[in-house]
Amino acid sequence: MALQLRRKVHESVVFIDRDSAPRIISSGMDFQLEDLPVGTRVIYPNAPIKGLPNREAAIRYALNHPHDCDPLYAQLEPGMKVTVAIDDISMPLPPMRTPDIRQTALEILLDLLHANGVDDVHLIIAISLHRRMTESEIKRMVGPRVFKEFWPERLYNHDAEDPDRMVTIGETRHKEVLRLNRRAAESDLLIYLNYNFVPMNGGHKSVAVGLCDYESLRPHHEPQTILDSDSYMDPANSELTRKINRMGELVDEHLNVFHIETTVNNQMFKGELSFLTKNEDEFSAYDRMKYEAMRFTMSKMPRAAQRKMYNALTSDYEMIAVEAGRTDPVHERIIEKSMQQYVVPIEGQCDILICPIPEISPYNVYSTLNPLLVQVMALGYHFNMYRGKPLLKKGGVLILHHPCYDEFDHVQHPSYIEFFNRLLPETRDSHTLREKYEREFATNPSYIEMYRRGHAYHGAHPFYMWYWGENGRAHVGRVIAAGAENAHVPAALGWERADNLTEAIAMARSYVGRSAQITMLHQPVIAICDMS
Amino acid sequence: MAAAAFYDLEGTLVSTNLVHTLGFYARNQQGLMRSLRKSAATLVSIPLFAAADSYSRMVFNDIFFRRYKGEPEDRLRFFAGELFENVLRPGVFPGAIELIQKSRSLGLRQVVVTGALDFSVEPLMRYLGVDDFVANRLEFVNGVATGRLLPPVLASATKASWIRTYAEREGLNLNESYAYSDSMSDLPMLSIVGHPAAVNPDMRLRQTALHHDWPILNLK
Repeated sequence: MALQLRRKVHESVVFIDRDSAPRIISSGMDFQLEDLPVGTRVIYPNAPIKGLPNREAAIRYALNHPHDCDPLYAQLEPGMKVTVAIDDISMPLPPMRTPDIRQTALEILLDLLHANGVDDVHLIIAISLHRRMTESEIKRMVGPRVFKEFWPERLYNHDAEDPDRMVTIGETRHKEVLRLNRRAAESDLLIYLNYNFVPMNGGHKSVAVGLCDYESLRPHHEPQTILDSDSYMDPANSELTRKINRMGELVDEHLNVFHIETTVNNQMFKGELSFLTKNEDEFSAYDRMKYEAMRFTMSKMPRAAQRKMYNALTSDYEMIAVEAGRTDPVHERIIEKSMQQYVVPIEGQCDILICPIPEISPYNVYSTLNPLLVQVMALGYHFNMYRGKPLLKKGGVLILHHPCYDEFDHVQHPSYIEFFNRLLPETRDSHTLREKYEREFATNPSYIEMYRRGHAYHGAHPFYMWYWGENGRAHVGRVIAAGAENAHVPAALGWERADNLTEAIAMARSYVGRSAQITMLHQPVIAICDMS
Repeated sequence: MAAAAFYDLEGTLVSTNLVHTLGFYARNQQGLMRSLRKSAATLVSIPLFAAADSYSRMVFNDIFFRRYKGEPEDRLRFFAGELFENVLRPGVFPGAIELIQKSRSLGLRQVVVTGALDFSVEPLMRYLGVDDFVANRLEFVNGVATGRLLPPVLASATKASWIRTYAEREGLNLNESYAYSDSMSDLPMLSIVGHPAAVNPDMRLRQTALHHDWPILNLK
C-alpha cells in the first residue's frame, strides 16, 4: 500500500504515505507542521529553470532582434519623444533582490536612447489603480543612477485620476472606451518594460490596463468576465484576456508600442530559505534545524515585528527569457516560456483542496494581508492556477489556512475597510455590489485623494478583489478557514471556520465523504495545474 | 436626495489659522507704533491661545476674538482683499482645489463651515468656488468691533448643529454627505455625516480616525 501511494507521477507531485514527514503549512506569517492524511497529494513548484547566464547580453540581443518590427535603435531619431512605462511593485513577490531586472533593462535602454540623441524621455510606473509606489521603492526598483537622473520630473507614478494627464484613445467595436496616460499616448514611441510573473500579466494588459483609468477598466474588471474565464491564468481560455486584447488592438492602432517582456524562474528563495519549497521527506538535519529556528524566532515576536521581518525578505528569481518587439508575438513567446516553468501535469480533480495562504500577495507589499486579500489569494489566484479544468471538483471543499486577522492597512487599503464592514454584511453578490456600490467607491473624493496624494489603492480596487474570486466562489461547495483566529471574518466572507487543519479536514470529509481525494498546494508555490 | 460636502477651513483646506489673520491685521494698524504694539501682543499671546484651544474651543474663542476689540469695521473689510492675496491664497493646500472639484463633479453641494471671521474668508470662498459658507461674525457697535462674536458661535458641536439645520432646510441627505476636518474639535461635525474624513489630522484626530476606520487624507 505504502509503495503504491508513494508512486511518482511527476517530480512536483508527492503523495503522503504512512511514514511521510509532516508538511510545512504557511499560514500568514507562521509556518506550522501538519501531518496530512495518507493519500493526500501535495503539489510543489517545479524545479527552477536555470536563469540566463548574462542577462545584460540577453536584453541587448532582444532589443536588437525584435519580433515583427525594426530593432529599437533603428526606430530612434534625435529629438523624438519617448516614454518608457514600467511594471510596478506588485511583482515579483517578494520584491526582487537588487539589481531588479527593471533596473538592468532600464540602464541598457536609456544608454541606447541617449546614444541615439533621444533626450525627451519620461519613465512612468504603470500602476493603473494600484497604490503609488513610494520614493524609496522606486529608487530600489530602477537603481540609483536612473533615479538620480529622472526623479521626480521625468520618473513618476501614473495618475489615473488626473483629467489633464489622461486622453481618450477611442472605442472598441463593443463600445468600450479606452483612456490612457496622455504622455504615453502622445509620445512618438512608447516602450513598455514588462515583468511577467504569472500568466495573467503582460501582453496587451501592460498598456491597456497599466496606463488606463477607472472607466477603461469597467468593461473587463467585472464579475461576468471573470465567470466567463476558464481560467484567467490561462490566456487561451480567458475572457478577461480576450476583452483586454480588444482594447490592445486600439492601442496598436493609435500608438507606436515597442514591448519588452521578461519572465523569471520560480526560484523564490535560494540559500538559507530554500528549504521552504523543498519536499519535507528530503529535509536534511540542517533544514529541520533552520525550520525550527525560524519558527521559534517568529513565535517570540509581536505581530508587527514579524511583519517587519517578513517584509524584509527578498526573492532570488532569475530571468529565464526576454523578448522584444510587437506585443502579440513577444507575449506569445514569453507565455510559452513561463508555462514551461510553471506547468505541473495533474491527473484527476480533488474533492478537498488545501490551500495554505502565506502573507504574500501582489496587493500587500510592505502591508497586511487583510481579509479581502486572503479571499483573493484563495478563491482568486490559487483557485485559478489551472489549465483545462479546476484542480478542485465542482462543489468540493476548499480549506484555506490563515489566521484571517481583522486588520486593514489604513494607508494602503482605506476603501477595503468600508467594503468589508459596510457592504459585505449587506450582500456578497458581485453583480449587486458592482451595480449598487462600485461607482460610489470609485468616485469617493476621499479615496481619490488618498490614491493621488497618499499611497492608497483606488476606491474601486476592493471590488476587483472580490470579483477576482468570483469563479472560485461559484465553483466550490464550501470554504473552511482553518486556523482563523476569529469567527466574524470567515463569517463575513461566507466561510466556515476551524481551529486547525485536522478539524477542517474532518469537517470537509463529513461533507464529501471519507474517501475524498485531498490535494494540497504546498506554499509558496507558483504552479499552473495542467489537468487531465 | 441631494447631498453635500462640508469642509472645515483652516488646517483643512488652507495651512493658515486664526492667528495668521489676527497677525495680519495687527501688522496693518494705523501708525507704526500701533502696528508694533499689536503685533507684539499677538506674538506673546500665542502660548495662551494654544493652551486655551487645547482646553476648549469656546474658551479660546472668548479670549481670541477680544483682540479685535476697537477695530473699525471698514478697515477690517478693506484689508480683507489683501489678506486673501498675501496670506490665505498662498496657504491653500495643493490638494484642496482638486478635492473640491472631484466632490463637485459628484453633484455634491460644497459648503465650508469655519470658525474664522466672515469678512476675512469671503474672497477665499469665491476663489475656492464653494456654493455656501458659514463663518463667525464679529459684533460691531457704531462700526467698531466689540470683541464679541454674534451667536451662533461656530465651534465644535455648534458646527454640527448648524449642519443639521442647514441640511434640513436645504433637503440634504446627511447619510450621503461628506465632511472634512483636521481637528479633533470638529468630531461632532464629522460624526453626523455618512462619509467623514480626517484631513492633515492632529494626533488625537488621527487616532480617532484610525479607530473608526475613517479615511485619512493629506492635502499638503
